[in-house]
Amino acid sequence: MTARETLGLCLAVGLGSLVGGVARAAVSLAALAWLGSGFPWGTLAVNLLGSLAIGFYAGLTGPNGRIEVGLRQRQFVMAGFCGGFTTFSAFSLEILQLLQGQRHAAAGLYIVLSLAAWLAAVWLGDRLGRRPPPA
Amino acid sequence: MTEILIGLAWVALGSALGGAARFLVSSLLGRVLGETFPWGTLAVNVSGAAAIGAFAAVAVRHGLPDGGAAWQAIVVGFLGGYTTVSSLSLQSLALAQHGARGAAAANIIGSIAAGLAAVALGFALGTALA
Repeated sequence: MTARETLGLCLAVGLGSLVGGVARAAVSLAALAWLGSGFPWGTLAVNLLGSLAIGFYAGLTGPNGRIEVGLRQRQFVMAGFCGGFTTFSAFSLEILQLLQGQRHAAAGLYIVLSLAAWLAAVWLGDRLGRRPPPA
Repeated sequence: MTEILIGLAWVALGSALGGAARFLVSSLLGRVLGETFPWGTLAVNVSGAAAIGAFAAVAVRHGLPDGGAAWQAIVVGFLGGYTTVSSLSLQSLALAQHGARGAAAANIIGSIAAGLAAVALGFALGTALA
């Protein structure tokens, strides 16, 4: 890959991440307003939705997918938007904060719920993305 | 309302830079260590977890507000965009689909365990140095 192509992909990922990050902040604000700050519902929601979206898009545009897209568009959506929309750093910090507040059960529940949600969502997204169109 | 919009602008700037940094770090590591195991994603997630722990400790020590510009730009924006769960999920699924179930489980469980250790270490270091 040439330096010019790498720069183009880097810009595509940065732009996608900008959009994804703003969407993540909006979801977090909405979750905080509706569900309160007792449990990190906002991060759980973005990580579930982002895993669903990346699985769907990967299946849809993959080697045997129904839609063919260029590398830059694929990276804009997957590494960019989905990568910026989801967050691992906030997830880690929220577990630490639950543990620091002596809320061990909530921390354990958050880890188990997240793990299950991420894997189920990416698996489902991939299945839906690969599904052939109705005849 | 204006405060929310200014906060979102900081998040936008931080996320764009964080996402670009993630792309550069993970593609560089992929090139050096190979693509059979997603070391790049693991590296950004663990280093991002350590950094968020350190920054949170500094924020606690100096009473920085959660909604302030520094928190929005660095924590919500940059570190939020620098780390990723979607790639972690997708790469674990891909490992499992290629028959490497052990590596898939190690990737996702190892990431969570390493992230937790890193955020605790970052917080301790931030508390000691702040």
